Amino acid sequence: MLYMPVIGSSSLHPLYNCYSVVYANKVENVRLLDRVSSRKAALGTLYLTATHVIFVENASETRKETWVLHSQISSIEKQATTATGCPLLIRCKNFQVIQLIIPQERDCHDVYISLIRLARPVKYEELYCFSFNPKLDKEEREQGWKFVDLNEEYNRMGIPNDYWQISDVNRDYGVCDSYPTEVYVPKSATAHIIVGSSKFRSRRRFPALSYYCKDNNASICRSSQPLSGFSARCLEDEQMLQAIRKANPGSDFLYVVDTRPKLNAMANRAAGKGYENEDNYSNIKFQFIGIENIHVMRNSLQKMLEVCELKSPSMSDFLWGLENSGWLKHIKAIMDAGIFIAKAVAEEGVSVLVHCSDGWDRTAQVCSVASLLLDPYYRTMKGFMVLIEKDWISFGHKFNHRYGNLDGDPKEISPVIDQFIECVWQLMEQFPCAFEFNERFLIHIQHHIYSCQFGNFLCNSQKERRELKIQERTYSLWAHLWKNRADYLNPLYRSNHSQTQRTLYPQMTPCNFLYKFWSGMYNRFEKGLHPRQSVTDYLMAVKEETQQLEEELEVLGERLANLQKMQLNGNKIQSKQQDRGKQLGLSASTNSLANTPQEYGSDLKSFPSRSPSQGDEDSALILTQDNLKSSDPDLSANSDQESGVEDLSCRSPSGGGCLPSEDSGKDSDEAVCLAV
Amino acid sequence: MDLSRFTAQHPPPAPPPCTRLRWRNSALHSSAIENHTEIQGKSLTVTRTSGEQFAELIKTPRADNAVLHGPRCPAVRGTLCLTGHHLIFSSRRKEGGEELWLLHANIDCVEKRFVGSLGTIVIKCKDLRIIQLDIPGMEECLNIASSIEALSTLDSITLMYPFFYRPMFEVVEDGWRSYLPEQEFELLSSVTDEWRLSCANKDFSVCPTYPPVVIIPKCIDDEALRKVAVFRYGGRFPVLSYYHKKNGMVMMRSSQPLTGTNGRRCKEDEKLINATLRPGKRGYIIDTRSLNVAQQARAKGGGFEQEVYYPQWRRIHKCIERFNILQESLIKLVEACNDQSHNMDRWLSKLEASNWLTHIKEILTAACLAAQCIDREGASVLVHGSDGTDSTLQVTSLAQIILDPRCRTIRGFEALVVREWLQAGHPFQLRCAQSAYSNTKQKWEAPVFLLFLDCVWQILRQFPCSFEFNEQFLIMLFEHAYASQFGTFLGNNENERSKLKLTQKTMSLWSWVNRSEELARFKNPLFEANSLVIWPSVAPQSLQLWEGVFLRWNRPSKFLDEAQEEVLNIINYNRELQAKVNALRRQLAELETDDRMQENLTDSTPVRAPWLRGSVDLNENPLLPS
Repeated sequence: MLYMPVIGSSSLHPLYNCYSVVYANKVENVRLLDRVSSRKAALGTLYLTATHVIFVENASETRKETWVLHSQISSIEKQATTATGCPLLIRCKNFQVIQLIIPQERDCHDVYISLIRLARPVKYEELYCFSFNPKLDKEEREQGWKFVDLNEEYNRMGIPNDYWQISDVNRDYGVCDSYPTEVYVPKSATAHIIVGSSKFRSRRRFPALSYYCKDNNASICRSSQPLSGFSARCLEDEQMLQAIRKANPGSDFLYVVDTRPKLNAMANRAAGKGYENEDNYSNIKFQFIGIENIHVMRNSLQKMLEVCELKSPSMSDFLWGLENSGWLKHIKAIMDAGIFIAKAVAEEGVSVLVHCSDGWDRTAQVCSVASLLLDPYYRTMKGFMVLIEKDWISFGHKFNHRYGNLDGDPKEISPVIDQFIECVWQLMEQFPCAFEFNERFLIHIQHHIYSCQFGNFLCNSQKERRELKIQERTYSLWAHLWKNRADYLNPLYRSNHSQTQRTLYPQMTPCNFLYKFWSGMYNRFEKGLHPRQSVTDYLMAVKEETQQLEEELEVLGERLANLQKMQLNGNKIQSKQQDRGKQLGLSASTNSLANTPQEYGSDLKSFPSRSPSQGDEDSALILTQDNLKSSDPDLSANSDQESGVEDLSCRSPSGGGCLPSEDSGKDSDEAVCLAV
Repeated sequence: MDLSRFTAQHPPPAPPPCTRLRWRNSALHSSAIENHTEIQGKSLTVTRTSGEQFAELIKTPRADNAVLHGPRCPAVRGTLCLTGHHLIFSSRRKEGGEELWLLHANIDCVEKRFVGSLGTIVIKCKDLRIIQLDIPGMEECLNIASSIEALSTLDSITLMYPFFYRPMFEVVEDGWRSYLPEQEFELLSSVTDEWRLSCANKDFSVCPTYPPVVIIPKCIDDEALRKVAVFRYGGRFPVLSYYHKKNGMVMMRSSQPLTGTNGRRCKEDEKLINATLRPGKRGYIIDTRSLNVAQQARAKGGGFEQEVYYPQWRRIHKCIERFNILQESLIKLVEACNDQSHNMDRWLSKLEASNWLTHIKEILTAACLAAQCIDREGASVLVHGSDGTDSTLQVTSLAQIILDPRCRTIRGFEALVVREWLQAGHPFQLRCAQSAYSNTKQKWEAPVFLLFLDCVWQILRQFPCSFEFNEQFLIMLFEHAYASQFGTFLGNNENERSKLKLTQKTMSLWSWVNRSEELARFKNPLFEANSLVIWPSVAPQSLQLWEGVFLRWNRPSKFLDEAQEEVLNIINYNRELQAKVNALRRQLAELETDDRMQENLTDSTPVRAPWLRGSVDLNENPLLPS
């Protein structure tokens, strides 16, 4: 079942040099605790491989496996040894929390030390994507990387045109090393202006085009903060902004949106940075939108996760904790900024220049939210990939630093793209028919940003990725997701539906209640907390069946016509056509997820159960649609090849009467494998 | 549109409740008006008496040039009319024909203010909607405000609209006779003979708040029953609430025992509840009060079952709040939902401070516990609080939704509401007298039933394919519990209802709901019969604010409605195709049979998707050789 080389078993593995740090590769009699119900602990064996921590249950029928990629581990905590053993707490970046109890303190220490090293690789080559091999040939790999092409995307927007052109000023990263080689700028912005402007901007991130609206020529441009200090000016930078404004002939001014709180921006002036002075730039309207910095966001998430981790919290604990974390307030701030920009572009027809400090975190969030609101293309599956490629990957969002792929400064880590992904989910909740993809798509993208299984999100810039030859050595996530797109479809999406046309206008007016806690993400691994039946999966099954019916209808129609013709001819030929009926019909009976009571009251335990007919196991199978897909990273890290995990969810009870045997099947709610 | 029809003399025919409550549903309204003209002669005869009764209350029956500000829609100018039971606003726009019909009984509170001679009346409804009317002329405005106030607070039940309402639909099924205890007992006797129907309370003398017939253990005679009734608060002796077919365990409900400070006992009471235990087995008593509250109740003559006298029972205390605590909670919640501030933090802390979701969690937890005792522990359960008319019913009815698939169907749920709320004597008249905007703050006003519906919605949200009804069905019940043209929720118990002669003088809600036209709106397209026990999660992450009720008038719903429509389209298209495929197959089979080619047909079975179980009759397989 375990195809991954257990450490030490294969000397050819590219990661051989880190084997030396592994002190234990297999520990038996480990208990995996269930967070919701302390009564249910699974006994099994823990394996450490070069890439994963794997827990395999002893229970012979299921042999359920829990896989955790080393790159997903965010913290490991060894707790005080108790009589039962030594507890080890592993927190993951995809919000999984694993509690293990290892019988021997010594073993626990070895596992702990090994994981600390394995979870913090120091070289890119140690990351999973360099050993991950989905058995695709070279051509398929190359095709995969070509799947998302940004030049194609700018062409789709209608660029180059009379106002905008591609500039090669950064072709060898000579002007800005965190920008891509190909940048779109106003036609009137000469190389001299660009270079001059870049010198007046933090990390030389000069204003460049992010989104262009061909209907009214309004655009969204992005940059870093100007190095204005208290009084500095730069003629080329002023000309650059002028050029952007003039590239939108229909408007006589330009919005400059600083996404920072005013206080932060003012403090930056003392360090020679700051924001645009309206007096120095002609025809700009300057606007602050207070989104907090990465440190505030990191702490906010930390606080919210603490709430998620509370053991049986009261409603007040939960709501207070959620509020104190400030998380939803931050999400709303990002959304409000995106809405402001989208309105400026779509309603006022005014171009917007967006920046924060360095222009790679808040700016990326806000530009991508605005694009998503403005252009229905970004709400399709392919378009969403393009959007992330455009506003995040190409413009040098520091994936490695923000998501801690390599061991680095913990103060650089922050859930910046997680917040963007949540903004998309919040929009999906408000506009259920507007997106081609479903919640699972977002969750899986978040998962892979941290998994390092695909090369897309490696490094901090395009320059670094090219130097590392990512495209030659790793695979692209986009091709992988596209291959499994059937799993990610939103059944309510119709390309001709009114919600999929044009700009989305979320409510800005006092609708704080529209922003909700996303338990599907932050309590993702606690299946017991989620709705037990998925409307999305149910409808997808119905739609799949509908398609089969359409096909059958056609076949039957033809057959009928033939038959009638034959009868007319008086022929009596034995029809050998096989009826297709058998393949049809029951495709949707994908449901089943055991459903057991939670601990509703501790009082019950002390009262001995006197019914011999009932085992200790509480179990009741109930129908659900929680159909786990093969591409679900919850099930297997690399779906293409890992078949170790059976889809145990398809044990659908036959329904019908209320016989006891029917709802006391095996307790298979736990049969769902927890993670990569 | 000629509005003179809507004068106080004849209350207009009530449109169906959906339109009654909905603003901007012009198509439905105009049809209601046409119908009115048709039946005018008839309605006049009914309404003359009522007109006389209300005429003195209506000082100004109509105001032109009024402006209506509804929730989330632009202001509309038009004419306001007051009738005995309705406030009607009709816009001037001819083509739109927009009308608002509001039952006076739905009005929770009226506020008025003046700017110069322009008066403004703010009407806050029990369904939580807030509308504002600008009325020119101070006197008119004052008159209208005081008329609305008077008409919305009539103290005689017999003046309520249900006594004047005449249905405009053909009554196919008399809802008053849809869910009789005798029928329930018949179902029960098909699986067990340990119970009997007792008529000891036929004149409501044993227990004034119980129905005339109740189900009790067979071995208890009516004489013993009377003794038990004396030992229980309000005479509410333990009766059968639910029989779990799977293992024969039962759930009973009652009120608190009157043990007092000196620990009184009643052997008949002990015998009654012990009769439900299997030999050697124990049962659980779920007391919906905290131990502290239960102990304090002894000083007032109440109390709880003591271990010494009930050795086979284990008592569990679960604290579910009552009365004004719940009403306060509702008031705070609605205030938070109507808060116009932009501050995210304030929203969450106000939501938290309302404690509404805490109550939801407590109630659901107690219900899950009761269900767990029955299904998992294989034990019988007795549920009571102090009166046995509020938290007790929340727990017993929710436990049944968890345990019994029948309660998750439309008719089964209606039967549950009848059995566990109406017949069980939940005092609807008292509890639902006022809603979230009330200023009176009477102790007996409490959103007990709304909390129950909210809990059902929470389970529905977690099991979206296991209920035959949808959210709209629950919202409809909420509306009708507070204001209705039907008599179903009038009165506090069966005793009062029989004195009011509701079955003869008013229409039952079920007569209207159970018509196929109405049912279509309340059906959940995703329903797939699920015969199993459904265990909801009660973790805070799993419980949500019921937006369909509390944010109904504040949130944009267009996109969510469109999504519902899309779901329906997907399902309907699938069904349509299935029907076509089956018809074609049948046709093919007939042709092929003619050709004596049956051998090849054995693999042709009609398409029958699991979610269609029971909804399409395909039992007859035309392809099987007869």
